[in-house]
Amino acid sequence: MQVRSMHFKARAGEKLADAKLQVNLGRSKSKFVDKRAHAILDLEDFEATREAARQLRDLTLKDLDLWLERFEQEATRRGATVLWARDGAEVCQLVIDIGRRHGVSKVTKSKSMLSEEAGLNQALEAAGIQPVETDLGEYILQINDNEPPSHIIAPVFHKSKEDVSALFARTHHLPPKTDIQELTREAREVLRPHFLSAEMGISGGNFLVAETGSVALVTNEGNGRMVTTMPGVHVVITGIEKVIPTLEDLATLMRLLPRSATGQSISNYFSLLTGTARSGETDGPAHMYFILVDGGRAAMVGGEFAEMLRCIRCGACMNHCPVYQAVGGHAYGWVYPGPMGSVLTPLFAGMENAIDLPHAATLCNQCGVVCPVKIPLPDLLRRLREKQVERHLRPWSERLALNIWSWVAQRPAWYALATKFGVRYLNWLAGGQASIPVLGLAPEWTRGRDFPAPEGKTFRELYAARRAPRREASR
Amino acid sequence: MRVGLFVTCLVDLMRPRIGFSALKLLEAAGCEVVVPATQTCCGQPAYNSGDRPNALALAKKVLAEFEDCDYVVAPSGSCAATIRSHYVDLAGEEAGLAERMAKLAAKTFELTDFLVNVAKLEQVPGKYAGSITYHDSCAGLRQLGIKAQPRALLAQMPGVQLREMSGAEDCCGFGGSFALKFGEISAAIAEKKCRGIAAAEADAVVLGDLGCMLNIEGKLRRMGVATRVLHVAEVLAGDAGQEER
Repeated sequence: MQVRSMHFKARAGEKLADAKLQVNLGRSKSKFVDKRAHAILDLEDFEATREAARQLRDLTLKDLDLWLERFEQEATRRGATVLWARDGAEVCQLVIDIGRRHGVSKVTKSKSMLSEEAGLNQALEAAGIQPVETDLGEYILQINDNEPPSHIIAPVFHKSKEDVSALFARTHHLPPKTDIQELTREAREVLRPHFLSAEMGISGGNFLVAETGSVALVTNEGNGRMVTTMPGVHVVITGIEKVIPTLEDLATLMRLLPRSATGQSISNYFSLLTGTARSGETDGPAHMYFILVDGGRAAMVGGEFAEMLRCIRCGACMNHCPVYQAVGGHAYGWVYPGPMGSVLTPLFAGMENAIDLPHAATLCNQCGVVCPVKIPLPDLLRRLREKQVERHLRPWSERLALNIWSWVAQRPAWYALATKFGVRYLNWLAGGQASIPVLGLAPEWTRGRDFPAPEGKTFRELYAARRAPRREASR
Repeated sequence: MRVGLFVTCLVDLMRPRIGFSALKLLEAAGCEVVVPATQTCCGQPAYNSGDRPNALALAKKVLAEFEDCDYVVAPSGSCAATIRSHYVDLAGEEAGLAERMAKLAAKTFELTDFLVNVAKLEQVPGKYAGSITYHDSCAGLRQLGIKAQPRALLAQMPGVQLREMSGAEDCCGFGGSFALKFGEISAAIAEKKCRGIAAAEADAVVLGDLGCMLNIEGKLRRMGVATRVLHVAEVLAGDAGQEER
C-alpha cells in the first residue's frame, strides 16, 4: 500500500472536523474497551498468562530462523509448499505465478494485513485475476473503490450502517436496507457465487505452528473456512514473525488474542489448517502454499525494536489509544494505525516517510498496559524519536528550542534569570486575568485551549525570600 | 529523615504555591526537608523528544543535587517517574553511573505515594470543604501505581466529598511536547476529559501533575466551565482557599 503517513497532521485535522466519523469513533469504548476489560476477568491469572506469552514469543524470536526451518519441514511433509518473499512486490509476483500455474481467474480472500502491505489486490487485477474480499468489512472497502482499512480487525470501524446501506444499494442495484442483518444477508448472497466459483483462496495467518506445519486462523464470519477449504488452491500469506513452536503455545496465545481483540473468550471460528487434503478426505485444498514474508521483519530480530515482533495483531493498543480514538485509523496513512502503526510504519515503510507518527502519542502508556504480549510501546516510540534526532530528521526550530532549554536548565544562574523574566512576561501578557487566550510562543496550545497564567514569581525567588529573614534573624 | 524536595520546573515557574504546600506536608510528616537551590528540570522534555545527551546531562545534575538525601520527593508523577523509571536507562555504559542512578531511583517518590507509604503521614494538616473529582495522571498511574494514595489522604479530610468522574484514568491529552506539536488532537482529547470532569459536578478537579493541570485548566476555561483545578498538595495542605463554606 502506498505510504501516506507524511500527512498525518493534516489528515488528523480533517478527521477531527468530520462530525460523522467522530460519532462512529465514539463507539470504541463500548465496542472494544469495556468488552476487553470484562473478558480478561474470566482468566484465572491474566497477568501471568501475559508474562508467559511474552516469554514464549521472545524465546521463539530469538531462534526465529530455526523455528521457520522447522515449520517449513513439517508443512512440506504434509504436502504444502513453503515460499519466501522479501517484500510486497515478491508477494504479488509469487501469488500471480501460483495463480497462473493453476489457471486461476478468480480468488476469494479472507482477511490478510500482509496483502494490504503488498497491495496485492491491485497487482492481481493488473494480472487479470479477479480478487474478491469476503470478510464483510474488507468486502465493503473493496466495493468502495479499494478504500484502505481504518482498523486491523474492524476495517470499516469508521463507517456507519447508513454508509454501508447507501454503498450496497449503489453497488448491488438492490433496494436499500437499513437493518444490519438484512445488509449482512445481502452480502452473503452476493458473495456465495464467488465462493463457489473461485479457483483459489487466499488467507492470512494468525499463527504458524512449527511442530505441525499448521496455520491457525481466528475469524468471526465463517468466510475464512470457505476461502481455505472450497477452492482447489489455498495460499496463506503471513509474516515470518508469526511462527510459534507448539500447539501448547498456541493455546496460551489463544487465551489472550480474542479477549484482547474483541473481548471474546474465543472467536466464532477458530481453524487449524494442516497440509493438503489427503486421499479419502472430502475437504481441503489439493494445493497449499505458504508465502512467508520478511518485509522489514528480519532486520528487527535481535535489534532495539525486536520487542515489536512479539505483536499478535489484536488491536488493543489502538482501541485504547486516546489519539486513535480522536482521529481514527486513516490519519496514520498506512496499513497499521494506532501505537502499533506508529512503531511499524517507520520500520517497515521508512523512517523518513513517517516523521510525525512516533510523536503522535501522549506516551500515556495505556497501550503498554493492555498489550497482551507486553510490548513497551511508549519506549519504542521514544527510541524512534531518538533515531530521528540521530539522523537529523527533526525540524531545526524544535532542536533549537530543546537545546536552549537544556542549556539554560544546566546553568542554574541563567535558569534563575530566564525564568524570572519569563514568568513576568507571561504574567504581563495575562494582564491580570487568570489565563492567556492567545500565546504567540505556543500557537498550537492556544488554538484549542487557554494558557493558564503563572503566579508571577518563581518558587526559587519566593523560597529565597522566605529564607532570607530567617538567616538575618539567626545572625 | 532528610528529604530532598524536587520542586519540578513547572511548579517553579507556574504554580510556586504548590511547592510550598508540598513543603508543608513533608514537614507535617516529620521530615527534615532540603530544597537544593540549583535544581531546575529533570530532563523529561529532552528524554521524550529523543535527545539523550541533553537528558543525560540534566539527569546527572539531579543526581549530584539529590544523591546525599535519604529520599527525593516530587509533587509530580511524571517527573518522579522520569527519575524512577528512566534514569537507569539513560545512564548507559558509563562506569558506576547506572548503579548510582538505580539508588537514586529507588529513593525517589511522588508526593502522595511518599506521604502514605514511606512517611506514613497520620494527620493531614489542611482543611477543605467541598466536592472534588480526581484525575489520575498517566505517568503516576501507569508507571508508579498512584491511584489509592491520594484518595486515602483525601479520605482523611472530613470536608472532602469525592465524586469519581467517568474516565478518571483517561489521558487528558497533554503529553508534553505533544500538546505543542499536535494542538488540535491534544485539545480534542482534553475536551473529552473535561466533559467527564464537568459531568461529575464537583467544585474542583484535583490532580497530581502540573502538565495535566495546565492542560485541563486551559481547556475548562476555554469551554467556559468554572470548575476549579487544584493540585492535591494544595488541598491536603489547606492552601486551596476553601477551608470552609
